[in-house]
Amino acid sequence: MSDRILVDAKNTFCPGPLMELISNMKMADVGAELELLSTDEGSAADIPEWVNKVGHEIIESFKEDDVLHIIVKKVK
Amino acid sequence: MHILVVGGGMGGTILANNLARRLSGELEQGSSKITMLSASDKHMYQPGLLYVAVGKMSTTELYRDQKSLLEPSIDFHVDPVEKFDLDNNSVTTKSGKKISYDILCIATGSRGNAAGIPGLAEHACQFYTEADALAMYKKLQKFEGGKVVVATGVPHKCPMSPLEITFFLIDYFKKRGIWDKVDLHYTYPIGRVHSLEPVANWAAPEFDKEGVTYETLFNMKEVVPGKVISEEDSSAEFDLLVTVPPHKGQQVIEDNELGAGGFIPTDKKKLNMEGRENVFVLGDTTNLPISKAGSTAHFEAEALGENIAALVQQGEPVREYDGKVFCFIEAGDGKATYAMFDYNNPPNPQAPTSGLHWFKTAYNRMYWASARGII
Ligand SMILES: Cc1cc2nc3c(=O)[nH]c(=O)nc-3n(C[C@H](O)[C@H](O)[C@H](O)COP(=O)(O)OP(=O)(O)OC[C@H]3O[C@@H](n4cnc5c(N)ncnc54)[C@H](O)[C@@H]3O)c2cc1C
Repeated sequence: MSDRILVDAKNTFCPGPLMELISNMKMADVGAELELLSTDEGSAADIPEWVNKVGHEIIESFKEDDVLHIIVKKVK
Repeated sequence: MHILVVGGGMGGTILANNLARRLSGELEQGSSKITMLSASDKHMYQPGLLYVAVGKMSTTELYRDQKSLLEPSIDFHVDPVEKFDLDNNSVTTKSGKKISYDILCIATGSRGNAAGIPGLAEHACQFYTEADALAMYKKLQKFEGGKVVVATGVPHKCPMSPLEITFFLIDYFKKRGIWDKVDLHYTYPIGRVHSLEPVANWAAPEFDKEGVTYETLFNMKEVVPGKVISEEDSSAEFDLLVTVPPHKGQQVIEDNELGAGGFIPTDKKKLNMEGRENVFVLGDTTNLPISKAGSTAHFEAEALGENIAALVQQGEPVREYDGKVFCFIEAGDGKATYAMFDYNNPPNPQAPTSGLHWFKTAYNRMYWASARGII
């Protein structure tokens, strides 16, 4: 999908992938899809934990060339 | 070649001075020119605000005249940019001047945006402007005990501030002899008490030791009198709320549609604005996924200084920015530590020492030499 917002948080330690995702989610419109790229091992667990806790939606999650792609929809 | 630097804060000042030295021959001959446009004739050492908020520094120590920090060959004007016309390589300033450039460097910084969270500006103490830091200190002086909550928005500048203000508050309340009457509660947006894992692993037991409670995955949604409510459907009651507010880039960046939230899409290594070969971005204004910190602006300015001088002198850049960041961390009780990392190497902070606290205290004064490019 071409109008996905790409959040490239590869090789970043501070603020890190989850904080980058939260910042970008805040700027996005409801209904927008964001694709987060992360090389942080912890992201596979902590991104879905936050997304589910707040009530957004994980559309898809996969690993390609050691980069984790997590596609999230802003629901509210 | 006309190099135009927009913004006279940490990044813009270090870059302009660096370029003025590297291009001294060209500037003397008149084949190159450096112009700086800024919004103020004063330069503020922003990290000092953290100390002002708890009565450890006076506001007079925060400022220098911007012109006194610049190489004399830099043509400096207090005339903020209002319009960027990147297709025609020109900007228009508040006074109505149209200024053309060959190379543009944007370093307009970021600003707290408490208004982005309903009720936050009305009910919380902040320390991101001089007026807010002074108001916070006055409020602290009147505080006699109760529930204190520290809450952090995203994105924010200075990633260490949430921890540092918490440790400074502990010191402050102890010094006033009211620590036993204070319940201090720390909240943080992600699933640990700091974004850097080793820093979080050090800070959480420190909090336990001091009796500071904490809640993670806490993103402010709304503040009502006496209560901050999170996106995660949690809440914390307070008598005193201290916030590191969410930040935005400058309005002028948003108005000119250079980047969402006022942050300009920037190449991670070349530091040019995406899609523009002659526009460079540094400091808090970039959308890079790295810390919004003075040290980031400093290391980016050094990389860009070398590259832009090389572009002018030989037509090609010579190096890439490696993502380097160095942050002191004030740990309270007269101690400090630091975290250093780049795109490839994670930080490995050591236990805080009093030596590092004194080094940071000395740096607070040495900053002016650093801005001038002397250290
Ligand atoms: C409380 C606090 C504590 C901090 N602690 C630390 C710390 O310990 N360590 C650390 O590394 N960093 C720290 N920082 C962060 C650091 O101060 C910033 O990251 C740094 O100043 C960013 O540099 P910059 O050049 O991007 O922007 P700034 O230094 O903010 O400069 C922006 C400049 O742009 C100018 N400007 C604005 N609009 C316009 C316009 N339209 N046209 C022209 N000019 C314009 C402004 O006048 C200003 O001169 C702290 C910040 C705060 C507030």
